[in-house]
Formats: sequence, C-alpha cells, structure tokens
Amino acid sequence: MRRSALYGLMAEFEDAQALVAATHEARHAGYRRMDAYSPFPIEELHEALGAPPSRLPLIVLIGGIAGCVGGYFLQYWAASIAYPLNIAGKPFNSWPMFIPITFECTILAAALSAVLGMLALNGLPMPYHPVFNVPRFALASRNRFFLCIEARDSKFDLEGTRSFLEALGAREVSTVAH
Amino acid sequence: MEPTTTTTTTDTTVIAPGHTFGSITDKIASIVLGRRTPLWWYGGFLIAMGGTVMLAIAITNLVVTGVGVWGNNQPVGWAFEITNFVWWIGIGHAGTLISAILLLLKQAWRTSINRFAEAMTLFAVACAAVFPLFHTGRPWLAYWLLPYPNTMNVWPQFKSPLVWDVFAVSTYGTVSLLFWFVGLIPDLATLRDRSQTRTGRIVYGMLAMGWRGSARHWHRYEIAYLLLAGLAAPLVVSVHTVVSFDFAVSILPGWHTTIFPPYFVAGAVYSGFAMVLTLVIPVRALYHLDDFITMRHLENMAKVLLVTGLIVAYGYGIEAFMAWYSANLYEGFMMWNRITGPYWWAYATLIVCNVLTPQMLWFRQVRTSPLILFGVAIIVNIGMWLERFVIIVTSLSRDFLPSSWGRFSPTFWDWATYAGTIGLFLTLLFLFLRYLPMISIFEMRTLLPEAKVAEE
Repeated sequence: MRRSALYGLMAEFEDAQALVAATHEARHAGYRRMDAYSPFPIEELHEALGAPPSRLPLIVLIGGIAGCVGGYFLQYWAASIAYPLNIAGKPFNSWPMFIPITFECTILAAALSAVLGMLALNGLPMPYHPVFNVPRFALASRNRFFLCIEARDSKFDLEGTRSFLEALGAREVSTVAH
Repeated sequence: MEPTTTTTTTDTTVIAPGHTFGSITDKIASIVLGRRTPLWWYGGFLIAMGGTVMLAIAITNLVVTGVGVWGNNQPVGWAFEITNFVWWIGIGHAGTLISAILLLLKQAWRTSINRFAEAMTLFAVACAAVFPLFHTGRPWLAYWLLPYPNTMNVWPQFKSPLVWDVFAVSTYGTVSLLFWFVGLIPDLATLRDRSQTRTGRIVYGMLAMGWRGSARHWHRYEIAYLLLAGLAAPLVVSVHTVVSFDFAVSILPGWHTTIFPPYFVAGAVYSGFAMVLTLVIPVRALYHLDDFITMRHLENMAKVLLVTGLIVAYGYGIEAFMAWYSANLYEGFMMWNRITGPYWWAYATLIVCNVLTPQMLWFRQVRTSPLILFGVAIIVNIGMWLERFVIIVTSLSRDFLPSSWGRFSPTFWDWATYAGTIGLFLTLLFLFLRYLPMISIFEMRTLLPEAKVAEE
C-alpha cells in the first residue's frame, strides 16, 4: 500500500479537561488510531484512549528475578566451585553472607529493566516523528494539549474528521505531514 | 475521591499562587536557556574549579608517590579517606530519600527539590568513589574488585563486606543516575522545544530522545518512575547498612555493634538533609525561586533534620550505654578514650554539632529563618564529618593492645584531597545549575489545580 503524504490531523486544546473529553468523544465515534499529547502525565487520557495495560511491570519482575538468581549463583559458583577459599571456617556456600550482593543485583537488574523496558516499549529514542512537523506542537511540552487522529484509521476522512475535531472545541486543527 | 481542604492547602503552599503551566515552564527554563550567565556564577565556578584542580594535583601526587603522602599509618590504616567516603555517601542519601521515599508517601512538597537533591546525590557519590579507589594504593587495578573471568583464575571474596560495598555503591550510583535521567527526559524535551540556539536544540534534542508527551508514553513513564522509586527506597536503606557492615562485621571495639546499620542510615539522612539545606538556601535566594521553594519546604526539611538528629543522638546514647552495660573492658575503654583520649576535642565538638545545635530546630522562628537554618545545616555537616572521624580514628588508634597503639594526624595532602572533592562537587553543581533544569518542570505543572481532570 502506498504511504500517503498525510500522517493525520492534529487538534489543539487549551486545557487538560478539554483534551480528555475530546479523546473520549473520538473513541466513542469509533476512532482507534490516535494519540493524545500533554505537557504532564494525565492518568485519565490513557483510559480514554482505550490503550491496553502496560507489560512493563512484568518486565521489571522478570528482570528482578533474573538479577536475584544470577547474583546469588555468581557468588555460589565463584565461592564454592571456581575458587573455593576457607574464610574464617565458614562453609563455601555461606548463604547469609551472599544476601547483600544478591539484593543489590536484584535492584540493579530490576531498575535497568524498568528504564530500558520503558524506553523500548515507548519506541524511544526516536529521532523523527511526524507530529513534530506541526510548528505549534512545540507547545505540547509547555502548556498546550493535542489530539492527533492518524490517517491510517479506517474511519479517517480528511474533511469529516476535521469537522469532527472542530466540533469538539479544538482551538485549531492542522494537518500533519509525514 | 473528594479533594479535602487539607490537600488543597497543601498544594497551594508548595507553589506560590498565580502561576500557570506557561509561567512555571518559562521561569525554570529561562535559568537554563537565558543567554546571560549571572556574574556570581562565574565567581563561584572559578573557585569550585580551583578546588577541582587541587584535587587533580593531590591525586597525581598520590599516584606518583604512593599512599604514604597521606597521614595513614599502622594502626590507623583507615583515616581521612574512609571518613570522607562515608561522609559523601551519607550526603547522597537525602537525594534518594526525597525523590523516592517521599514520592511513595505522596508528599507533594518534594516536587520542587527532588531534581536538585538527586543531582546532589550523584555528585556526592562521584566524590565518595574517589576515596576508596585511591585508597586501594594501586587504583589502576581497582577492576580486580569486580567479578570477571581472568587468566589468574581468581574471584572476589564474596564473604567480605568490602566487596558488598563495591556492589552496593555501584548499584546505588547507577540507580540514582537512571532515576535522575528518567526524571529529566520530559524536561529535556521542553528545553529542546524552547531553545533558541541550534546547539541547544541538537544537544537537548538528543538527550530527550524524541520525547513527545504521548499519553501512551506517559502511562509507561509513570509506571517506570514509580517502580524505580519502589526499588530505590529499599536500596537507599541498604547502601548505608552495607557501609556500616564495613565496620560492624569487624571485631574492633566501637565498630562491632548491632546498632550500626540503623544508626548509620539515620546519620546519612541527617547529613544529607543538612547538605540539601546548605545548597538550597543560597540557590533559592540567588535565582529568586521563593515561589517554588517556599518556606514550607525549608521548614519541612528542618523538621526531618530534627527527627534524624534525635535518632542519631539516641545512637550516641546507646553506644555509651552499651559500653558500660556490656561490662566489656575494651568497649568501656573505647568510650572512655573517646571522651578523654587524644581525640576528645573531636568527640566534644561532634556532640555540640550533632546533638545540641539541632535542638534549636524545635523553634519555629529558627525553622523559618533561612539564615539561621543555613548556619545549623553547616554545623550539622561538620558534625557528621566528625562523627565518622571519631568512629574510625579513635577505634583504630587504640584497640586491644597498648603496645600497638598509635596516633593519626592528617597531612597537607589529606586536607587537599578532601577540600578538592568539595571543589569537584561544587563544580558539578554549578554546571548542573547552568545547563539543566534544577526543578522538575513537568512535576511542578501537575501541582497546579488546572492539572486535575474531573471525572464526568
């Protein structure tokens, strides 16, 4: 399929309340391929978009367990198999002595999974994105709120969607080029 | 949930009234993006840079000559460098406490100081790392502390608290950096969008990694941030616990005590809040940030200082009590030696600094007077340094056998290295103030009443 020159239509709103309401309306009207942009996190927006719950907590849990098991095994293997040393007559596998490092490895692996997992699921770093082609979008990181309906959406129709967004009380509706 | 009157007042006192999303953004971003650098910045940076140069000279001299340039000897093998290491690591703790634990406790007042405190943590950990690294004597072999397959076929001795320390401090440094950077991403995007220069757009743009404030991204971002806070909270408690194990696991009188982990953690938070106050009070005045860092912030930090100071005082009390109650000859002597021995002046000053001075914070007039608060904070910083000095040097210099007793006195290079790390710390701080937003812009936006979305 030929990629159209149009990424979508972007509506600008003055406040958070209007953006959440508009997102609800758009979803209600049957739009699915869209995203909302705000200068700070708004919990209700994610809900309004109908996005699925994130897999991030699972990734962090797996990372933490891997760090815990890996950290303990490293010490067990080094102290009992690879390089057994008699330290103050303690058993080679002295598990209580291995807890601090096991704990640190758990935290380290879980924290790295949280950050790298978040970036990967968000598709960051992403040097280019069509929404930045709208000059006023620079305000999305200051005090304005945006809703962008993508041209890929099956319900998308340049004129119809534009008037739909305008009817939602958008301050301005602009086309987003690829 | 119905918003109650208390939460409304809480929200309005942590930020001065009359601000909008735009004004918050402009005020904080303009400090970074403004073309004019204030004159005092150049002056301060120059002095701090002088300290950093001194550190470089001190370390070069140490590496070229050997650890003998420091005053360490037998029996005092640990002296200034371990004192400074513990002092710096402790200072770092307030940053994580403010950003992670107060976040989990939903303390809205943390918002305008967390970024600053986190930066302070990172720089303090960097300064702390200098000391054990160069105290090894052969810093170019410091990587031997890490487990990696090598041709010598040897592995670290994992039953040693010193190896635990390597893992604890490096994990702490890494997680603090991640937490700080994740918090910065949306603000870097703001700077990218507002920068007037090409260099600014490119540099901040690369660091922001294409952040565009998408609702899906914010959702995962919030989860990641909260999980990081949840992970950092037990981590911060573990770090100073492990540092205290360096002492508590040994058998030396004055070190071999079970109270060390909680007493060290409280001391760390105490010194950390003292350092946050020491830095925030002048920065707040110089950048006119009274709107964002209000009297409420200063007062709350003063209260934390008072509480942790009382815990530390309890620790000193228990140390003295156990020395007597244990009926152990060496424990009893250790305490007597601290009070009347050659380092009595250090112990006496420490009690004045850490136990008596913070009692002033019971008074509201003290807590709400930035100048007096600044003075108290400086005194606590000195007291906490002396605490570590007393613990380390008095115990090491006079242990079990009088025939092996000794004395420690610092050399010029001990002082130069210590002062040098303060220079390094301030240099990093000055660069941070100039090039990165010192207050989290996006979190400040969420404090405004307009940020709340009512459910229909």
